[in-house]
Parts: sequence; structure tokens; C-alpha cells
Amino acid sequence: MDKITLTGQLVQYLFTGVTVGSIYALVAVGFNIIYNVTEIINFAQGEFVMLGGLIMVFFTVTAKLPLPLAFVLTVVAVTGVGVLMERCTINPIKNASVLTMIIVTIAVSILFKGIAMFVWGKNPYIFPPFSGTKPIFVLGAAIQTQTLWVLLMTAVVVVLLTLFFKKSRYGKAMLACADDPEAARLVGINVSIMILISFALSAAIGAVAGAIITPISLMEYDRGALLALKAFGAAVLGGLGSFYGAVVAGVLLGIIESMCAGLVSSGYKDAVALIILLLVLYVRPSGLFGNVEASKIKEF
Amino acid sequence: MNTEGSRVFLRVENLKKSFGGVQALKGLSFTVTAGIIKAVIGPNGAGKTTLFNVITGVFPPNDGSIALDGVSIEGQKSRDIARLGVSRTFQNVEIFGRMTVLENVMVGRHIQSRAGIIGTGLRLSKMRREERQIQESAMDYLQFVGLEHRAGELAGNLPLGEQKMLEVARALATDPKILLLDEPAGGLNTRETEGLAALIMRILERDITVVLVEHDMNLVMDISDEILVMNFGEKIAEGRPKQVKDDPLVIKAYLGEEVDYSDL
Amino acid sequence: MQVSNRKYLLGLTIFLALFPVVVMNVGAIGHYLDVMIFVGIYSLITMGLSLLMGYAGQISLGHAAFFGLGAYTSGILCTKLSMSPWLAMVAGVGLTALVAYIVGVPSLKLKGHYLAMATLGFGVIVNIFFNEEVYLTGGPSGFSDIPGFTVFGFSLDSDLHYYILVWCLVLLALVFSLNVINSRIGRALRSLHDSEVAADAMGVETSRYKVIIFVLSGVYASVAGSLYTHYVGFLSPSSFDLFLSIKLVMMVVVGGMHNIWGALLGTCLLTFLGNEWLHIFHDFDILVYGAILLAIVMFLPEGLVDLAPRMGRIWKRG
Repeated sequence: MDKITLTGQLVQYLFTGVTVGSIYALVAVGFNIIYNVTEIINFAQGEFVMLGGLIMVFFTVTAKLPLPLAFVLTVVAVTGVGVLMERCTINPIKNASVLTMIIVTIAVSILFKGIAMFVWGKNPYIFPPFSGTKPIFVLGAAIQTQTLWVLLMTAVVVVLLTLFFKKSRYGKAMLACADDPEAARLVGINVSIMILISFALSAAIGAVAGAIITPISLMEYDRGALLALKAFGAAVLGGLGSFYGAVVAGVLLGIIESMCAGLVSSGYKDAVALIILLLVLYVRPSGLFGNVEASKIKEF
Repeated sequence: MNTEGSRVFLRVENLKKSFGGVQALKGLSFTVTAGIIKAVIGPNGAGKTTLFNVITGVFPPNDGSIALDGVSIEGQKSRDIARLGVSRTFQNVEIFGRMTVLENVMVGRHIQSRAGIIGTGLRLSKMRREERQIQESAMDYLQFVGLEHRAGELAGNLPLGEQKMLEVARALATDPKILLLDEPAGGLNTRETEGLAALIMRILERDITVVLVEHDMNLVMDISDEILVMNFGEKIAEGRPKQVKDDPLVIKAYLGEEVDYSDL
Repeated sequence: MQVSNRKYLLGLTIFLALFPVVVMNVGAIGHYLDVMIFVGIYSLITMGLSLLMGYAGQISLGHAAFFGLGAYTSGILCTKLSMSPWLAMVAGVGLTALVAYIVGVPSLKLKGHYLAMATLGFGVIVNIFFNEEVYLTGGPSGFSDIPGFTVFGFSLDSDLHYYILVWCLVLLALVFSLNVINSRIGRALRSLHDSEVAADAMGVETSRYKVIIFVLSGVYASVAGSLYTHYVGFLSPSSFDLFLSIKLVMMVVVGGMHNIWGALLGTCLLTFLGNEWLHIFHDFDILVYGAILLAIVMFLPEGLVDLAPRMGRIWKRG
């Protein structure tokens, strides 16, 4: 076997970093969409990813459906879960305090975890990569084709969302809600439909993330919490509420994490994102692209 | 009405405060003589509450100075300014709704004692004594504003008029030298407003300087020694009520406001 | 307030005295004593959290870290340096207080979700540390052979002994906490929670008190950790993970956040559910747990202590 060169290693880390960073970016975007419309941080965001991965396994491996169909069904299914969550647990208590909302989304995440554990057990699952297992070689590094799918799908999601927010009526309405919910209501925008859409959209994005990453890193019932935490770090780093901030910060975070894991210590890999999260919160809570006024967040 | 005090107690010079792009205070200067009642009036948005917030340390000013009895206080934190003898009430009543009426005033006595956490946890006798003193003086302040019969009730359950009185009692409990009242008559009926006026006079008798922001012109004209008129973050006029009443700039500032000119 | 607290304290003491008598004589529930010891250990933590959340109005989703710091310090000092368990407990408290202060000062400047996430992040970082520093902590497989407590030469070696030790400490901490709540500091904290701007205006040193209560709650958790170590005799990082931090917050919320007795109630219920009653559900258990939490949080937001009053209010309306 060829000796892996330093360049090869670095390229490897870079690709790993961008791949996992794309997932952070997607989840962070999901956070921001819900946050912008409701000012809630959805602690169950990671569970949407987890469900996306596991349901995809079900459709491809158990039900043996063709990949594109399985993908669509997975996204629809998890979107349904997101809608259910909003209707059953968020909407009924819409006037509750920030603390209650946090507790409720945490309770929901435990519930989802419990359901996943019941249905799938504690083992990790995998399904075959979209286009086979043969790696391609870039600058001395072996890159899985699934990595390219991750990057591609992330880019597609980002583009679709950009179009949605700039061109679609609902998208523009959601931006209006983000800016000023009271004004939006006065202009006739139905804020509770916007909230519903925000949860549905975030769930869908989470599902996509789960579906594309599982062939690389497997998926198990309790992956959600740590993922959500790191993605929150990305969201805050990019500036809470900023769409592009989340994307840039997510990828950046993934790269930093991967580089640290490869070059410094792989055991503390998870701590990297969290340390960055703490640093951002302590030093500059408005992040890279957020505005300072918005970071003076509500109290309980 | 009071005789003019001999010394300036509060001196504000060239005070500026902006929020984002909005300039709430544009270089405001005025003085308050010790032992008088000074009213601050002006249309909505004139910057009156911002003025109070800057003086009491809720926000630091962007420029200018605030001197309390010769001591600079601009930019200091609220809790330190409270210890220097400045106390206040709030436009949107900020009582501690989940605590009893008596407990609200007892919080006002907070700076008068120094009990630490170990001492209070172990309930040493010194702490028990202090606790009794705090309770007794809090009752005194409740009696001063006429709320002693409500002592055990939850503050959040009181009607608005009584909540406002409670805020005054709490503010007085800090033993202030100067008391800032932010729209104390807001939401009060005529009888309650008269009670408020009498209360303010009793406060004055305790050698406490009073500055109040008010919209109720009857009250203002009735009890103030001096008036400061603001608009758009600037001083429009300052002086005795009669002078201010006839000032054409003041009348112009109020055009479009629901003010009965015959009362001015 | 003081009178009703004394009544509850008396009632609790009587209940605690009778509990082992009943439980040890009914074979089927004999092991409930062991569960009740855990209830005591976790109650120590949740009382501190109750002060932090219910009275000071803050939140911490990382308290398992303080629990773990106390536990590991005790375990390591006793096995590697043969230190006396009591001394090790004090060392654990010292270390935890220091860490709580260092983390608390910048974190408590944050509010709402930001504070929640900062404490969450902190908790996970400490857990990763427990997992990674194998030479110190034994890593994921943990380490064992931790000796038990001795009180004046009398070696504690049964469930009953630990039951008495743990609950004596809990009662002491409870009295201390009640004293703090009904004092100037307790009022300052509650005022902070109701209106921080007014508390500031009254001269309450809000940031200082937030940190003090955060450190105090960390100290409670550290003592609980030391008790845990010597009772269980074995330590592994998975006992001090994110899920525990979340469960601890849930215990406080479910019991009733604005009432320290709520912390005891919630801890008792959720510990029995988690360690005992939900075992019949096997794979269902996390699911049922989550469902119960969700139901209580949504429909009984003031917690279980509010159950009786709320029933009373519904009764009166009907």
C-alpha cells in the first residue's frame, strides 16, 4: 500500500472536516430557521438527523426500496414528525416562558430518543453509500464518493433555501417574522403557520443531513444530543439567526475539529467544537456575522 | 412649596446617549437643587425615561457627566449608584410579583446589611437580629405609604395603584438622598393622585430630593418647585412652573398632544 | 413560611425514620432502601439546582460535571493516595468550588438559551475529560476498589449505614438551604428572578449572587459525588454524562421549580421511575420516561407540588 503523505493526510482531514462540517451547517441552519421565527432553540434538532438516518436505513435495507424513493419517503416521514412535534408540544404552550420551551424541547428529544431506542435498539446502523464504496483519489488522499454526495446535497439545500427565502411568498414571510413578528402579524401574515413551516423545514433539513451522513459515520439512537450541541456552536459562531453565518461556521467548525482530531488528539475531538462554543459565548456572543443587539437575548 | 436649597445636588452636563442609530439624549444639561421637587416633562419619546435609566446606571452614557453632590456617577453600575443614595421607581411597574408586599420592601433594605451566605445558611444569632431589624423597618416604610394592611399578600395580586405605592415604599427603604419617580401617577385615578401628591410632600419632609417624570400636568403644576421640559432628547426649557407654562417653545412642543392648555 | 417548613421537615424526618423499618421487613421491596440512598444522593444535587433555577432564575444543563468532579476526586485521592474519605470529600468540594467559580463568572453573564448551552457544553467537556484521562480516571472502563466511609473508626458497610449518612447530610443541606431562602440573600435571589432591573436598582449585587449560588449548587453536587463514590465503590464516566445533567434538571422541574420541596419530590419520583418502576418496560423505558416528562412539563408547569392546589382550583371551578 502507498505510504500516506503529509499532503494526503491533510487533504483527508480537510475532506472529513468539510463533510462533517456540512452536517453541522445543515443542523445549524435548521436551528436558525426555527429561532428566527419563534426565538426558541429547538433542543430536539439533533433527533431529526438521527431519525433521518435510521428511517433511511429502514427504507433501504429493510424495505429494500430504491434509493431515491427511500430518500424522499424519509424526508417526508421526518417532516411529518416535525409537524407533529410543533402541533402537539409547541403550539399548545406558545405563551410559555423561555425556560419552559427549553424544557419542553429537551423532553421531546428524550421522547424521540426513547422511541428510536425502542424501535431500533442501541446498535449503530448503516446503509450502503449512494454510489458505491470505491474511493477516488485526490492529491494522495482516498476520498469516499459519499463525501461528495454530502457536499453536493448540502449545496443543493443551501441553494434551495436561498431561493425559498428570496423568491417564495412563504419564504419572504418567514424573513418578515424573523425581523418583527408583531409587524408581520399586523400585515396579515399568519404567524402560527410560519411556525409550523419553520419546524417542518428544519425537520426536513435534518432528515437530509441524517440520510447523507449515515453511510459514512453510521447512525444510532443517541447521536442527536452531541450533534445538536456542536451545531448550536456553529450557529452561535456564525451569529444566531444568520443563514450564511451558520453555513460558513458549520463548515469551519468541521474543519477545525477534523484537523485537531488528526493532528493533535482524536479523543478530545468532540471537545473542540464545545470549547469554541464556550469561547464564542464568553467573548463575542454575536458571533462572526450576527448583530450585537440580537445577542442581548431574552431572559427567563 | 419649599425654600430654595443652597446647593446643587444633582448636576447633569452635556449628557448624550444613542441606541444604534437613534440619539435618545443629545447633550442634555440641567441641575437639581437639594431638597426640591423637580419635574421632567415632555412629549412621548422625548427621552425622559432614558434620562432616568442613564442616571441610575441601567445604561452608560455615550458622553457627558453626572455628578451627585459633587461625586461623578456617570457610567457606574446600578447597584453602586443605589449605594450612593439614588433610588427610583419604574414606568412599567417592576415589583417582585412572586414575593409578598413586605418582602418587596425588605429587598429595599438589602444594602443596609452585610450578611454573607455562610452566616445566613447557619442562621447565626447576628443574622437573626439583622433579619428582625430589616422586617421592622420594612413595616415602617409600608406604614409610611399606607400599605401595612397588605404586608402578607403577594405583590403581584395588588391593584396597580397599590403596586405603585409599593414601589415607592421599596425605593424609600434604601434610605436614598434623591428619589427618581418615573410616571408615578400613570394609571391612577384622581383620589389616588391626590394621595400621591401628599406622599411626595411627606417624602420631601424627610430631606429627600425628588425628581419626577410625569404627564399629569395638574400634579406637576401643583407640587413642583422646578420643571425641566424635554423634547427629542434636548432641553427645551427649565425653570419655575409659571415661567415654563408661558414659554412659547414649550407650548409648541406640545402641539398635537392631548393637553388641556387652560391648565398649563 | 417558617412554620410550614418546620412541619415539612418534621414530617420528612419521621418518614425517613420509618422508611427503612418498613422496607427491610417486606422482602419484595427490600432493595428500595438502595434506591432511596440514590434518591438522597441526587436530592443533594437537585436542591442546589433548585436554588439556582427556582430561586435565582438561572439554569444549568451541566451539573453532572460537578457531581463527577466530587466523585472522581474522592475516588482518586482515596485509592491512589490512601486519603481519608472525609478529607477527600473536602478536597473535592474545594476543587469543584474553584471550577464552578471559574466557569460561573463568564457563563452567568449569559442569559436564556445561551446560558443553557454554555453549561451544557461545559458538562460535556468535563465528561470527555473523564473519558480521556485514562491514567487518572481509568477512562471509560472506570476504576473500582474504592473504600467506604469510616465515622470515628466505625466502618460503614451496609445499605442502612449509608442510608443514614446520606439522609443526615441531605437534611443538613436542606436546613441550610431553607435558611438561605428565608434570608436577605434568598430574597435577593428571588428578586433577581422576578425583575433583575429592579433588583439592580435596589443595590442587589446580582452578578455576584448568581455566581455564589452557582458555586453553592456545585458544592452540593460535589458532596453528593463523594457520597456516591464511597457507596457504589466503582466509578465510570457514563454515570456523569449529559443525560444525567438533563435528568437532574427534569427532577427539579417535575417536582416544582419554585419550591425546594419540589426538588425532593421530583427526585424521588424520577429516581424510582428510572431505577425501579420502569424496568418492567425494558426497551420502552426511555420512551415512557420522556412521555411522562413531557406530559408533566406541558400540563403541570409548576410541577408536582402544584398538583394538589391545582386539583383544588379545578374542583372549585367545577
